[in-house]
Amino acid sequence: MDIPYVVEEREDTGLINSKLGIWIFLASEVMLFGGLFSAYIFLRMAALPGDFERWASELSVPMATVNTVVLISSSVSMVMAWASLKMKDFSKYKMYLGITIFCSFVFLTIKYFEYSGKFAHDIYPSSNTFMAIYFTLTGLHVLHIIGGVVVMLYFYLPISHKMWDKQPEQFTNRIEVFGLYWHFVDLVWIFLFPVLYLL
Amino acid sequence: MYSNSNNHDHHEETFIQKYIFSVDHKVIGIQYGITSLLFLLFGFSLMAIMRWQLAYPGTEIPIVGFIFGEGGVLASEQYNSLGAMHGTIMIFLGIVPLAVGAFGNYLVPLQIGAIDMAFPKLNAASYWTYFVGGVIMISSFFMPEGAARSGWTSYPPLSVFENGQTIWLISMIFLITSSLLGSMNIIVTIVQLRVPGLTWMRLPLFTWAQFVTSFLLVLAFPPLEAAAVLQLMDRVAGTSFFLPSGLVMSGEIVDVAGGGSPLLWQHLFWFLAHPEVYVLILPALGIVGEILANNTRKPIWGFKSIVYSMVFLGFCSFIVWAHHMFLTGMGQAMSAFFQTTTMIISIPSVVILTSYFLSLWGGSIRFNTPMLFALAFLPMFGIGGLTGLPLGLAASDIYLHDTYYVIGHFHYVVAPGTIFALFAGIYYWFPKITGKRMSETLGKLHFWPSLIFMNGIFMPMFIQGLAGVSRRLADGGVSYAHASGVLQWNEFMSISAFCLGLSQIPFIVNIFMSLFTGEKSDRNPWKSTTIEWAAPSPPLAHVNFDSEITVHRTAYEYSVPGAKEDFIPQTES
Repeated sequence: MDIPYVVEEREDTGLINSKLGIWIFLASEVMLFGGLFSAYIFLRMAALPGDFERWASELSVPMATVNTVVLISSSVSMVMAWASLKMKDFSKYKMYLGITIFCSFVFLTIKYFEYSGKFAHDIYPSSNTFMAIYFTLTGLHVLHIIGGVVVMLYFYLPISHKMWDKQPEQFTNRIEVFGLYWHFVDLVWIFLFPVLYLL
Repeated sequence: MYSNSNNHDHHEETFIQKYIFSVDHKVIGIQYGITSLLFLLFGFSLMAIMRWQLAYPGTEIPIVGFIFGEGGVLASEQYNSLGAMHGTIMIFLGIVPLAVGAFGNYLVPLQIGAIDMAFPKLNAASYWTYFVGGVIMISSFFMPEGAARSGWTSYPPLSVFENGQTIWLISMIFLITSSLLGSMNIIVTIVQLRVPGLTWMRLPLFTWAQFVTSFLLVLAFPPLEAAAVLQLMDRVAGTSFFLPSGLVMSGEIVDVAGGGSPLLWQHLFWFLAHPEVYVLILPALGIVGEILANNTRKPIWGFKSIVYSMVFLGFCSFIVWAHHMFLTGMGQAMSAFFQTTTMIISIPSVVILTSYFLSLWGGSIRFNTPMLFALAFLPMFGIGGLTGLPLGLAASDIYLHDTYYVIGHFHYVVAPGTIFALFAGIYYWFPKITGKRMSETLGKLHFWPSLIFMNGIFMPMFIQGLAGVSRRLADGGVSYAHASGVLQWNEFMSISAFCLGLSQIPFIVNIFMSLFTGEKSDRNPWKSTTIEWAAPSPPLAHVNFDSEITVHRTAYEYSVPGAKEDFIPQTES
């Protein structure tokens, strides 16, 4: 006896288990970042007029713009990786997943230079409430990226080929479900970028 | 077909696979159950020590006094630690894991005819995350800083500077993750794994309650996780999320950037902690519904309105949180909004409770132990709920806020309310879980003293609270002029508390005795209709059922005219 609806969809809900699971997980993630975004609003309202703009001007918009492009590209290549599996082309999948992993490392590297640049100028989370929420939000986002990279590396290892040979449909579903998570992490950044760097 | 296919594709499991790192929902449910019952006992012992201090302030604590240093007298900081840990342990390590982790895990798949949860490995991960979180929480007692002492609510700015809080926050992050994984799993299981014929309105009340509860956990816990991260940043990275500018401590301005707000924590915290109240009460309502229908031998009155009320209750619980904050100066408009929503949320609770009372009408009631606990739940939860109304109105809350009245109110909901329902559930499903009946005599010996002493502890709290005794006094009010008229109740309450502890002995004896020498139970000892009773007792490892399950009818078809017995199982065509 195996648990049903792992591969085939349940008729009346039209869903496989893992897809429903990841959507509920993402709902909770929305609440997590939602809580932090409301903290941002709360702190911004409490600050003196002009303070938040002044503190935010310390951030590097060009670096964040590049990072936005990098992250969106990684989302596109993630979709391509899943599409390649749908077209039964495993080597193409490997290539696209490789590009996604590469993009996320580029993102992390740029973020590293951003952070260390701040520290070099004696700007820390304790400096003011803007920097506090900036480091917390982006730090939590970076943790999500790192988590994603770990999962992607697992799906990149030789073991993925064995999974693919054994249960191609289930493997495709796994990549799709992971893709949803990855797009969400991307989406969070799409919100973070204007809120922290531009507003 | 079921057991055969099982044998041939499963290799023999080792002891560790079978009982420790098992992925079977039944084993994980029992693991949750045992761990959380132990935490409940531990949380109770902390309270017993506090109650000694309240009744006999400044005297040596018997038996365990040596832990608290020279003379065995409890210092005020130690009292605060015990208070904070009592609340935290009872809620996050005791009742929620017992109600959702243990009962939910064990019974939801059985009640929907599934072979397991949708994600068995995630389920095991959920338990072990909970276990690690619990170990971290307990370990804080042995850390050089001691355990957290800022109350279970951890209000800043105090909590940012007080000792022990860092460990509390780290442990909370584990516990939140655990309940997130668990409740995700329950939702997916209920949506996806129902057997053919089990439509939504045929689901039993307990499964419905778990479904709504899981949504509350999934959506309400993350903001607390966010808040915990922010407070952790305040403590370790020196940020000022919750610290206002110009904060003065011990006569000196604190050296922080400032600009934060203690109110932010309260909003984020209560955004979780109010839905959390319904996380505590909904599974209890579900359990009581099952037992009432079964022991009155008639269908639950107003099944659909109960289900809709539960869903409405779940939704509303997200928009009432600031009624905990009437005294924070957040403004009249806010207070007006939140007291309105608070009055609205009492409606579905009353609908459910009234339906349960009406279900008793005309039933041929069997007074067995689960039924006694379920019946006691009704007035106890009623008292707890009704005493909450004055707290939900801003005008009367100004007087009652932070007094023993509040303590009495929420303990009536949770202690003789939820815990009685959980006891009822244990007595009711014990034959299913172990295949043995529990002793009725010991059960009644457990029930009657528990009922009396529960009221002995919590009823006088209303008297003290109305007299204005604050809930956070380490000496129970000896040094507090207002309290002098009602202080004599302290000893009465404490003795009731110790007696309540003693009256749990029959329960513990009953569990072990029934486990080894109890009368064997068939698969449906209570002549119940729901699907879990169609499985063997105990259900088969990994597959639960020994026959194909199809559902043909609603959940509580008792005393159907013309039927040959007074119940028709859901699985019968």
